[in-house]
Amino acid sequence: MNAEIRPIRTPAEQAFIAALDGLPASGDRLADLRLAAARSFAEHGLPHRRVEEWKYTDLRTLMREAVPVAGTAAVAEADARATLLRGVEARRIVVANGAVVPELSDLADLEAGLSVTTLAAATAAGDEVLSRIGGILPGRYDAALALNTALARDGVIVTVAPGAVIERPIHVAHVFAGASAAASYARSLVVVGAGAKLTYAESFEGPEAMAYQANSATEFTVGDDAHLDVVRLQEEGTGAFHLSTLLFDVGRQAQVHAFSFGIGAAVARTSLYATLSGESSHVGFNGATLLKGRQHADSTLLVDHQVPGCESRELFKTVLDDQTRGVFQGKIIVRQAAQKTDGRMMSRALVLGDEAEMDNKPELEIFADDVQCGHGATCGAIDDDLLFYLRARGIPHKEAQSLLVQAFVGEAIETVEHDGLREALVERAEAWLKARA
Amino acid sequence: MAMLNIDNLHAKIDGDHGKEILKGLSLTVNPGEVHAIMGPNGSGKSTLSYILAGKEDYEVTDGSVSLDGEDLLEMEIDERAAKGVFLAFQYPIEVPGVATMTFLRSALNAQRKKRGEAEISTPDFLRLVKDKAANLGINQDMLRRGVNVGFSGGEKKRAEILQMAILEPKLCILDETDSGLDIDALKVVSEGVNALRSPDRAMIVITHYQRLLNHIVPDFVHVMHKGRIVRSGGKELALELEANGYAEYQQDAA
Repeated sequence: MNAEIRPIRTPAEQAFIAALDGLPASGDRLADLRLAAARSFAEHGLPHRRVEEWKYTDLRTLMREAVPVAGTAAVAEADARATLLRGVEARRIVVANGAVVPELSDLADLEAGLSVTTLAAATAAGDEVLSRIGGILPGRYDAALALNTALARDGVIVTVAPGAVIERPIHVAHVFAGASAAASYARSLVVVGAGAKLTYAESFEGPEAMAYQANSATEFTVGDDAHLDVVRLQEEGTGAFHLSTLLFDVGRQAQVHAFSFGIGAAVARTSLYATLSGESSHVGFNGATLLKGRQHADSTLLVDHQVPGCESRELFKTVLDDQTRGVFQGKIIVRQAAQKTDGRMMSRALVLGDEAEMDNKPELEIFADDVQCGHGATCGAIDDDLLFYLRARGIPHKEAQSLLVQAFVGEAIETVEHDGLREALVERAEAWLKARA
Repeated sequence: MAMLNIDNLHAKIDGDHGKEILKGLSLTVNPGEVHAIMGPNGSGKSTLSYILAGKEDYEVTDGSVSLDGEDLLEMEIDERAAKGVFLAFQYPIEVPGVATMTFLRSALNAQRKKRGEAEISTPDFLRLVKDKAANLGINQDMLRRGVNVGFSGGEKKRAEILQMAILEPKLCILDETDSGLDIDALKVVSEGVNALRSPDRAMIVITHYQRLLNHIVPDFVHVMHKGRIVRSGGKELALELEANGYAEYQQDAA
């Protein structure tokens, strides 16, 4: 006799599955992609601690409550909420509750070689660029990405023609607006042609003390010899769940640098998947996270060296105050063909709070024999000798701590090449420290 | 009134079984005076300097220390600095990521603020640092780097004296400032220190060797041994120690 095994679904999972039930049956490629994602989510549900990649971020437990899919945001509210990186000279596009707000977005006077559209507009027009959505695969099942794929209806699509150098950064400002908690999904795509150059910034924010959910996924296809800088600032409201996925496919001799700065949200998970598919590329994936109260933040990376001669660098800094929890999971895979790979990964945590916890899990999976790879993880308190030295010169305790914390995260922020964006991030770090003092 | 008055100071390393290091040390320092404290390794010279600066690894078990009549031991570390206590470290610490200029400015302004003075303006600050740095042979590149990061031993000591020149403390404690210096660096550092000698400022120069005292000539020399001052005299005492060594004191104690 066979007994049917039915997993018990939490209210949040049931709500997600109910939302997925509304998907159109089939039709085009995108619809099929969504259905496949919905099916895999219905099968796996939210990941829990027995799922290796989510061991330290048990979404099933952390995200129990169901929230409806967010409706359209009021333009005025979205405008008022989108405050991050406003001082940076950039082409600004506001995405509120997962939908591009044309009234607040600078979509005119595009530089030669730059094309910017929205997922919704591309879908309506049956644009050929849609064929690239879902083109980069994470190589493993990812619940946050599956939900995003199934439920996102809008987002930003940026294409840079081969050889075009776009000096002015593009800044996509994600905001959540509304009176009650809801879930938003945004799916973006950035295609940088061969030899082209682009700086792309993303920011995330929303109301305080509201358990809204923001799920964002962005795919970056970087052509041969192209140069892409990605700068991200996550300052969601204190009650928010932030799930974001970044997917990179990096071409031959391309240079990609991404920096993620995480300050906000009750629970944040950023997953970064990079496939190095062209020889001799150079990638740097760095990040800094500042946590206080009871925040939980998880940075998970998977860098897949598939071809010879690529160089990858990761440096993540986490500052943990109070009862916070930080997670870093980084994995470098070196395929058999990827000889002469040079990969280095480092996670450093500075623990300020007595009850804070940091989980570091660096991994190397190497199939080639002629490679240089290394990883490291450190976790410690502020050095008493450093503190004494600063205080002995008259700097009060809190201020001395702030200087040392700033120096600690500064090393990671310094890697941001764009002056305006780097200064804006330094300013956000200073504001965080000031609020603490 | 004496500037610094140390009376029967006893101190041990913090913790239940901490070893007693200072065993009844007394010393009076008046404004304008330079006191040299000499003694063999392990006599407690550096401990004394750390206790005066406020390092938290020690516990004072008896005695008192007052600065201008106020109880120094009750003050926070940064409060002591604002009151004019400056310790030039034997091993200055590297502070990566905190630029020397930022550090100097934060320190100066924090002290001024605590004393109820206005913060220094940017042009005034830049001028001040430029003048003082030039005298000590410290270039702009060193000022831009993290505090002491990548500095040689001599550069670190010069940077300490630069901090001292900018912060203008009333009580300078120099802990083995001569260690690790070649003869040229010793001259530069000594000149920097001598330039700071003034009728309102006192100095305690801790050293193992007499050599430094040829350059920074003290008013008083004290011999420290096993946590106490066992002999005091004028600058000629240093020459005597140089000739005879510390053996005499070590035998006494045995």
